[in-house]
Amino acid sequence: MTTLRINGRQVTVDDLDPSTPLLWVLRDRLGMTGTKFGCGMSLCGACTIHLNGTAVRSCVTPLAAAADKDVTTIEGLSEQGDHPVQKAWAECDVPQCGYCQPGQMMSAAALLARKKRPSDQDIDSAMRGNICRCGTYQRIRKAIHSAAEEMK
Amino acid sequence: MITPTIKNLSTQGSSRRVFMQGLLSASGLLLAARVPGMSALPLGDMSEGDFASALADFRPNVFLSIDNAGKVTIVAHRSEMGTGIRTSLPMVVAEELGADWESVRLEQALGDAKYGSQNTDGSRSIRRFYSVMRDAGASARAMLEQAAAARWGVEASECDCRDSKVLHPDSERAIGFGELVEEAGKLAVPASDSLRYRAAAERRYVGQETKIYDLEGILDGSAVFGMDVRIPGTKHAAVARCPVVGGKVKSVDSKAAMAIRGVEKVVQIPVYKGHYAFQPLGGVAVIANNTWTAIQAVNALKIEWDLGPNADYDSAAYGKALVAATHEPGQVFRDVGDIEPAFEAASKELSADYEAPHLAHAPMEPPCALALFKDGAVEAWAPTQNPQSTQEVLTQVLGLAADKVKVNVTLLGGGFGRKSKSDFVAEAALLSKELGAPVHVTWTREDDIRHDFYHTVTAVHMKAAMDEEGKPTALLTRASFPPINSTFDPSADAPSSFEIGMGLSDQPWAIPNIRVEGCKAAARTRIGWLRSVSHIPHAFAVNSFVDELAWAAKTDPYEFLMALLGEDRMLDLSGVEYSNHSEPMSRYPFDLKRLKAVTKIAAERSGWGRELPKGKGLGIACHRSFLSYQATVVEVDVSQRGVVRLPKVWSVIDCGLAVNPDRVRSQMEGAAAFGASLTLGGAVTMQNGAVQQSNFHDYPIARMDEAPREVDVHIVPSEDLPGGVGEVGVPPFAPAMCNAIYAATGKRVRKLPLSGQDLRWE
Repeated sequence: MTTLRINGRQVTVDDLDPSTPLLWVLRDRLGMTGTKFGCGMSLCGACTIHLNGTAVRSCVTPLAAAADKDVTTIEGLSEQGDHPVQKAWAECDVPQCGYCQPGQMMSAAALLARKKRPSDQDIDSAMRGNICRCGTYQRIRKAIHSAAEEMK
Repeated sequence: MITPTIKNLSTQGSSRRVFMQGLLSASGLLLAARVPGMSALPLGDMSEGDFASALADFRPNVFLSIDNAGKVTIVAHRSEMGTGIRTSLPMVVAEELGADWESVRLEQALGDAKYGSQNTDGSRSIRRFYSVMRDAGASARAMLEQAAAARWGVEASECDCRDSKVLHPDSERAIGFGELVEEAGKLAVPASDSLRYRAAAERRYVGQETKIYDLEGILDGSAVFGMDVRIPGTKHAAVARCPVVGGKVKSVDSKAAMAIRGVEKVVQIPVYKGHYAFQPLGGVAVIANNTWTAIQAVNALKIEWDLGPNADYDSAAYGKALVAATHEPGQVFRDVGDIEPAFEAASKELSADYEAPHLAHAPMEPPCALALFKDGAVEAWAPTQNPQSTQEVLTQVLGLAADKVKVNVTLLGGGFGRKSKSDFVAEAALLSKELGAPVHVTWTREDDIRHDFYHTVTAVHMKAAMDEEGKPTALLTRASFPPINSTFDPSADAPSSFEIGMGLSDQPWAIPNIRVEGCKAAARTRIGWLRSVSHIPHAFAVNSFVDELAWAAKTDPYEFLMALLGEDRMLDLSGVEYSNHSEPMSRYPFDLKRLKAVTKIAAERSGWGRELPKGKGLGIACHRSFLSYQATVVEVDVSQRGVVRLPKVWSVIDCGLAVNPDRVRSQMEGAAAFGASLTLGGAVTMQNGAVQQSNFHDYPIARMDEAPREVDVHIVPSEDLPGGVGEVGVPPFAPAMCNAIYAATGKRVRKLPLSGQDLRWE
């Protein structure tokens, strides 16, 4: 039995092996499908969530590692979909297909939480783990700068 | 391959493509646009008799409805995979109708032939459906205006529609659409030739940067992709497939898999019959109560495979054989002048061999689908680019009638051509039938990379004869690649005119003697089509070779390219079997003026000709594809250690009318990143018939610091017929980038991708 807090809500999972990656706990057990599957090997970042405020890849984070911790997913990034990152993403029309964007935004939000005014270099190193096959990178960069401005 | 489509009627003077029918329903005015039954139509122009028989097949088809409350609902019948098409086509309806875009509701169409083609590939959604959507909106507007005019006792021509209201500006009166629904529904549908369309200056949506309809859901995580769709009781499946295409299961031991908690059933999926087409590959599936358990259990299966006839496929040796094939004459696809005497009379010759590998599509959302088989019928929910062919495949594999198969289209987490092939949906359907419960199939990334319909592998041999000044007098092009049609017809072992026509037989150069040949190549894997199809290897070879000729002639590559494009003219392809992306040349000629214009703009915007230090360089390429014109300039920064960075790209497109310019721009930005991926590291190789790559570590996609840092996009303002957009930016990228690398380092790249090649310089 594992107890964790997801988006502020206490959740107990008792019928899954503790080695089950959080990604699948969220998606298949809890029906929270905003966190995406892309590679299963921590290579693409589509499954990025926050564990105690730090960006982690949920596809390689076992359920057991989240015991008694705070998990934030895209569904809980903001209550009204108005986190500065979400607003900047809308303003810059970032998404194309949109599939990788929850992971992109979770990585960006974690970056901005620890670095108020990230440089292009900071953005590169924080975001290079998130692949976008549609190629929205230049708008992501712009949106991160714009969100940083908003959060000032 | 080339499905008969709605354009076949467009060349008929007497036949408008859309027939409107007003229907009064309980919910209000339903406007049905009638489009011809696709399957009944032959390719090419039709005689009046053919047209009459096609009419008998017309089925009513609802694109638009307005309820009594004035709510406008527009059906999006094409698949959304990131191009913005789910927004752009409905925008056209809303524009002509005068609907308030902000309050329009979109409804995604089920797979159904009544909509006309829903096959969302070939960059054809706008070019095929712009006028259909325009007519749908304009007809409804005419009827609403007529209804309001009757009520007011004024002329309909004095009315206008805006913000979902009919207005009479002279008397400053307005009525909401909802109030007019009943009256408008009783009116005769206006004749197509009486329709009035919005003038360019009057447009409020078309031509304006418009946000995508699904933006909010994407940003808060609520958007439903194929990976996310669930119904009560859904079980989750993963599938083991033979490492070699064409192989099958010899024996399976599923004891260890069944022992895993959560596993419900192990099911063998039979191997496809006959040619691959879109049928499932066959294999062994595990169905469990969650996806992770299903994947673990698949890994625990002990399967002995019969690897089948492709177990000796070695793509490296095959690539060499393709090059060798192009050194011998092949089938002639275009022959202008006489190349032989020109080569005999030449002062100089230059030849080069270009190679491009198999590619995997690797959409961020791997193939996946949900299906429910119940009471002799199946319903599927899938991220498919082609719900009608999915429906067809399901009828085949399940032996059902078409009316027993329902296909819902979810959002697609990328498609790029992979999701035109519905083998993965068929798996879900077969498994649901076996289990008697809804089954969601997920392909792992490894499954996706190893069991794709691969972009073809290509060799192109190019040889030019030049005069004393280095001006080309003759050009020979020979290409060899396994054709797409081999996936449908095992006997297809040579390039088709449809593929050679993507950038080889339509080379636009002002060279008096040109010959283009295709050389045989039998496929050893499933060949598919990937964003831009044959244009990728062909534009790479052609634009690289032109750059090589420029340097050989000691002429600036841009100046040389412009000179080679020649006079403003329509390219003469008479006598050439040329598909022109299934559009008649009369409507969409190959216009050199437009190709030269985009090339000139790209050069100007990039500051072509400026001095750059060694290691930095600019490269240029231009290409017409999918009826649009594109030129790309790439700036590279190559470190002395040979690492390539892409500080800036200039991308210029003339796609005719741009319905949603922001989505055209985003497609050009994305095409540059897609081009960077395939140039830097995209390659699928096979050894002993098995794919050697498996995930993003060995099939890399350009990351943020590798993709172009900035893409400057210019869209040529135009009111011309819309051309394609989604694929058009990709073909010129690789050659422009490789030409830039040559300018920067003196190293000529003739084989894609760059990974593993030595680009160091001193």
